[in-house]
Amino acid sequence: MRWIILLPLLGAAINFLAGPGLQKTVGKRAISVVGCGVVIAAFVIALYALTRMLRLAPDDRFMLDYLWPWMHIGGLDLDIAFWLDPLSMVMTLIVTGVGGLIHIYSTGYMHDDESYWRFFGWLNLFTFAMLTLVLGDNLWLMFVGWEGVGLCSFALIGFWYKVPANTTAGNKAFIVNRVGDLAFVVALYTLFQGLSSIGHPTLVTREIAKYAPMLAGVTMPYLGWQLVGFSTLLMFIGATGKSAQIPLYVWLPDAMAGPTPVSALIHAATMVTAGIYMVARLNFLFSMAPATMTVIAVIGGLTALFAATIGLAQNDIKKVLAYSTVSQLGYMFAAVGVGAYAAGVFHLMTHAFFKACLFLGSGSVIHAMGGEQDMRKMGGLRHKMPITYLTFLAATLAIAGIPPFAGFMSKDEIVWQAFAHGHVFVWFLLLLGAALTVFYMFRQVYMTFFGEFRGTHEQEHHLHESPPSMAYVLIVLGVLSVIGGIGNIPEFLISWKPFEEFLAPVFSSPATRHVVESHLNSHRVEAGFALITFIVVIGGWYFADVMYRQERIDAERFSRMFGGVVYDWVFNKYYVDELYDYVIVRPYLAATRVLAWFDLHIVDGVVNFAATVIIFLSWLSGLFDKYVVDGLVNAASNVTLDVGNRLRRLQTGSINGYLYGILAAVMVILLVRAVARTG
Amino acid sequence: MGGGITLYHFLVLSLIVFGLGMYCVLSRRNAIGILMGVELILNSANINYLAFDFYGGAKGITGAVAYHYDGQIFAIFVIMLAAAEAVIGLAVVLAIYQNFKTIDVSATETLSG
Repeated sequence: MRWIILLPLLGAAINFLAGPGLQKTVGKRAISVVGCGVVIAAFVIALYALTRMLRLAPDDRFMLDYLWPWMHIGGLDLDIAFWLDPLSMVMTLIVTGVGGLIHIYSTGYMHDDESYWRFFGWLNLFTFAMLTLVLGDNLWLMFVGWEGVGLCSFALIGFWYKVPANTTAGNKAFIVNRVGDLAFVVALYTLFQGLSSIGHPTLVTREIAKYAPMLAGVTMPYLGWQLVGFSTLLMFIGATGKSAQIPLYVWLPDAMAGPTPVSALIHAATMVTAGIYMVARLNFLFSMAPATMTVIAVIGGLTALFAATIGLAQNDIKKVLAYSTVSQLGYMFAAVGVGAYAAGVFHLMTHAFFKACLFLGSGSVIHAMGGEQDMRKMGGLRHKMPITYLTFLAATLAIAGIPPFAGFMSKDEIVWQAFAHGHVFVWFLLLLGAALTVFYMFRQVYMTFFGEFRGTHEQEHHLHESPPSMAYVLIVLGVLSVIGGIGNIPEFLISWKPFEEFLAPVFSSPATRHVVESHLNSHRVEAGFALITFIVVIGGWYFADVMYRQERIDAERFSRMFGGVVYDWVFNKYYVDELYDYVIVRPYLAATRVLAWFDLHIVDGVVNFAATVIIFLSWLSGLFDKYVVDGLVNAASNVTLDVGNRLRRLQTGSINGYLYGILAAVMVILLVRAVARTG
Repeated sequence: MGGGITLYHFLVLSLIVFGLGMYCVLSRRNAIGILMGVELILNSANINYLAFDFYGGAKGITGAVAYHYDGQIFAIFVIMLAAAEAVIGLAVVLAIYQNFKTIDVSATETLSG
């Protein structure tokens, strides 16, 4: 089972290390084979694992692949081990399946790019990191994957690094993610502290599940808050960073600077769903913290509506989809926030299908338009690009929530569950969001595929359907958008929910079961609400149809309503980025300058002062050296010279003198001898 | 025998000769003169030897009883040595003459500092 993860890593290694060489000698085909091959192989292995898993009893469906011990510090035991249970099985299939399809698509889309090998290297590395996140058996290994996908996202957004705007967008993604990561790490720490304090220090997920109920009453040491609530809240903040919710969603629209397959894979199907996965994985903790759950649900609902409103006024085809992603993620968070974990994960899966289809379809359009992304310059493309049009339409119907497409099954379930669990405000937000979703999606479809072509002449000549590598993927995803809902049909229609049953063992802790089951259970009410939602959705579609296809109502009039202020605010994303710039970025940069001044003047001042002191001391010792030491040496030589001068006078050269001297010496000796004898 | 002439007279004599010889050595500028002084000194030592030998007593210097001619034998040694030493000295004087063209020792003060 470890090969599911290690194959993409191998692919990444080959692509990064041997990539340039392979590309020059064997050509891009080799890299395609390696890059796509490893992911598809991982998908096949995952399917095989699924068959093995289905053969086990429902309560017993988990497989552990232990690789080797990693860190054993104090009470903390972490190992590199991979844990496959229904939830991670679903995620693995999505990541490898949709990921594999996107890899194939990329062989067509990135065909003319110079750094082909680098792209596939990063894609494979991303797949590896995402699988580590999903399959890691302990929270710290999950965090390694968490960081890894952030890194690959940064690298892939800024893939065309020669354009500064792209690298800035990559930086923004990584930095905003980092803020969330900080919260996540603090959350892990407090969780571990809590667990140690009740005597079970561990970060292995299944063990936390076992001991979670014991954390019920534990409070934080100095603050007196509930530990579980605090920890889960921080984890959710981490999730808002990774999964682009309020307040940390700002990086996702900018991330559209990356190549379209990147947007599809990372920012629609996989990385952004990491937050949802984390909440679902730790459902036993979240269910114990009703306050956090409410926060999650409300923020999810607000984000769903908020992002949908911004999406209404965007003209760039990818930006509409980006805000749509933020909005749909809001739906998923709302689902897990009210306790409908299975519904949230189901929507995650269907969203992966149709959002990837939408992004890849938009990539097909951009490819055909020679790089143009402004929808105001498109129009009438359905005749020139039928496959793209049909798959795009299918995915749009899915996201709009029109039955029997996939999105209806999942989205309706969420909207209903929000009401059923008693969160009326959230339900209302989601309903409104659904209306807006339909509107902006169909606006996009009509602007792009219907009407008269509004672009330049050369663009018109260049229009063509995409090559097979791209078109087939679109077809596969389109089909999945249509039939993917079959896993979980709403109860008032038929009692057929294999998906939810499959996931049930994951959501089986006492607290979770309590949350999941405490909801209104009437089929008739559910049917009624489905009808309300359906009416709202049709209304939204009708409005878009009238405005953009039949062009009976002029869109411009709406823009100019209320003096154009509303449109201005919506179009400029409510100036949130500007707000962040003023409130956070500028003070931070100012603080940087202050600290730089501090470093330059004070720290360097101290260093320079120390240098001056040392120079002074060395000057002093130089004096000592010059006068005392040299003085001694010079004095020695002077004395010697002086004595020598004087002694030299003995050397008269006169023999008489010498003899005199001898006589005198002998006299003295005799005298001394005589005196000594008598004395 | 020797009536009023005792040992001491000889010792005084040798002392005077020694002194004269010393004076010769120390004050002469003539190299040959210096050598003459050295001869005087040696001879004074000889006088001493012979005087002690004559006036020495029953035992000789070496302590032998049978004969006591030790001093005279010593004197012959000394004379021989003086001769040898004079040869050397004259050789040196010759060398000085060859180098300085004079035998005035004040000319050899070239090593003065």
